[in-house]
Amino acid sequence: MTAGQAPGAAGLYRTVALIRGFEQRAVQLVRDGVIRGGIHPCTGQEAVAAGTCAALRPDDVITSTHRGHGHVLAKGAEPARMMAELAGRTTGLNQGRGGSMHAADFAAGVLGADAIVGAAVPIAAGAAWAMRQAGSDRVALAYFGDGAVSQGVVLESFNLAALWRVPVVLVCENNGFATSMRPADTMAGTVLARAAAFGIPAATVDGMDPQAVLDATAQAVERARWGGGPTLLECVTYRFDAHHTWEHTARPRYRTAEEVAAGTARDPLEIQGARIPAATREAVDAEVAALLDEAVRFALDSPHPDPATALDHLYASGLRARAGAL
Amino acid sequence: MSPDSTSNTTYREELREAMREALARDERVFLMGEDVGRYGGAFGVSLGLIDQFGPDRVRDTPLSESAFVGAGIGAAIAGMRPIVEIMTVNFSLLALDQILNNAATLLHMSGGQVAVPLVIRMTTGAGRRLAAQHSHSLEGWYAHIPGIRVLAPATLEDARYMLASALADPDPVLIFEHGSLYNLSGQLDTGCGPVDLDTAAIRRPGNDVSLITHGGSLGKTLQAADRLAEEGIDAEVIDLRTLRPLDDTTILGSVRRTHRAVVIDEGWRTAGLSAEVATRIAEQGFYDLDAPVERVCGAEVPTPYAAQLEEAALPQTDGIAAAARRTVG
Repeated sequence: MTAGQAPGAAGLYRTVALIRGFEQRAVQLVRDGVIRGGIHPCTGQEAVAAGTCAALRPDDVITSTHRGHGHVLAKGAEPARMMAELAGRTTGLNQGRGGSMHAADFAAGVLGADAIVGAAVPIAAGAAWAMRQAGSDRVALAYFGDGAVSQGVVLESFNLAALWRVPVVLVCENNGFATSMRPADTMAGTVLARAAAFGIPAATVDGMDPQAVLDATAQAVERARWGGGPTLLECVTYRFDAHHTWEHTARPRYRTAEEVAAGTARDPLEIQGARIPAATREAVDAEVAALLDEAVRFALDSPHPDPATALDHLYASGLRARAGAL
Repeated sequence: MSPDSTSNTTYREELREAMREALARDERVFLMGEDVGRYGGAFGVSLGLIDQFGPDRVRDTPLSESAFVGAGIGAAIAGMRPIVEIMTVNFSLLALDQILNNAATLLHMSGGQVAVPLVIRMTTGAGRRLAAQHSHSLEGWYAHIPGIRVLAPATLEDARYMLASALADPDPVLIFEHGSLYNLSGQLDTGCGPVDLDTAAIRRPGNDVSLITHGGSLGKTLQAADRLAEEGIDAEVIDLRTLRPLDDTTILGSVRRTHRAVVIDEGWRTAGLSAEVATRIAEQGFYDLDAPVERVCGAEVPTPYAAQLEEAALPQTDGIAAAARRTVG
């Protein structure tokens, strides 16, 4: 995709399929003991990542979350290097220093994934402000979840972004759960009312529909580019899988099978898949499967880090934490 | 002091001149924080800078420490060179998440993809009857964190020249300005030029005991050394200046000559900076010691308000001199 040119229906489908297939393989690698810390799968939420990133230019930037594989892939990170990062290999995006929760690809405009809930929102706002000060029309987009809107720093950042008319798009992925707690358990008021309190234009979006997300994000990005300041989009979606793969063995009971069945009935893969010819869908599926199988092979074949490098990248100046070794 | 300057200046003015120079030299530099604009900062450090550089470069922020430190990190990784002012170290706890989990961590966690060239300045320390929520000395907590540098300018020269070095450093640098120093006056030694951020300074050479301190306790320690000299005890005074990384070479080099050490730190004793310095002396200089290492620290209470109580809770000249005497006795 070139700058400013939205992808067609097949392109959106491809991104959704890429994220879905990536997560399926990553979950398997968790079960196989290759991905040691487990992951927070974003299965079911692919439309949010696909639709939002499709509205961005390559030189725009995002900040992501602990459930961020989809964001990072949709923004353009190489799946193979992403998978290698999850596996803790030297070829990973972060050379094995970040893992699933912190995948970053600055070359692709991913300013990092923050596993402190809500803590990346001011970073996106600050980056956006700096880009504007530098005279550019680049924008930043911050992802956060429904749990994050109760974090003070998120509300502080709404205030700062609105006050300074910062070119940032605030994307709340409301997937129905903050770990196990539902929005009704954690949130007084609403997401949109929080935006309204700061004078930030906001809308609720069908977060299962990649095209709807793309359309809404395109408007928000346009507003940010011309200097209209932040927009908040509450993308309502559903977390198909566990909060964390730990649940696959621990099986905590906080939602019923009936509820999961209802929540997964609308699937972004099917919604977008139905919009393209069957032959196109098959071709995309085959291309994505081959790419992801190769990504898994690449990760498995990549070397583990040398323990002697554990202190690397602590100071850009080359300073060591203490004289001597570890 | 300097032969080429005759007019008196203050620590506050030198901090301001350092920022003025930085803002004039590099358009990527900007200052932000609460009341730094027209008000000139809570301690008057940035007074007048907004008139010269405008509100985009001397930027008032909402009262949102976490958000504006986070925004500083974002601006730094997007190419700017922010100077973020936090009113006091107690307030910095509201931004501790951003400082530890992001500023200090991003370079490593990203596998070296991005440095965070951010400078954060804040006031630290007691002695101004501001009680427990404006007076603590928590720079030792920050010195605990790998991935950042921690500076404590205690002289006019360090107030003036540390900032340029901090801005030239590609990593996050925290600068702790002891509140009692803003009115410190004297003549600036303009000949000292750029300072490095790796070395401690011997502020007073001596042979009998090493008094190791930083920041707001430097003046009291120098006074104690004068008093000890009258008694025939020749104390050496080391100003750590940089609390992370600690300059083991200067500390241990001094102890090897004097064979005695007193660590003076306004921070709390337990698990604090003084404990780290004393441990390093024990680890690397044990056989050079002729006496146990002494410590003079802030009392382990929240800083009290009333003058008599506050004075009692802080390291004082008498206590420093007494500790030094114990090591040579």
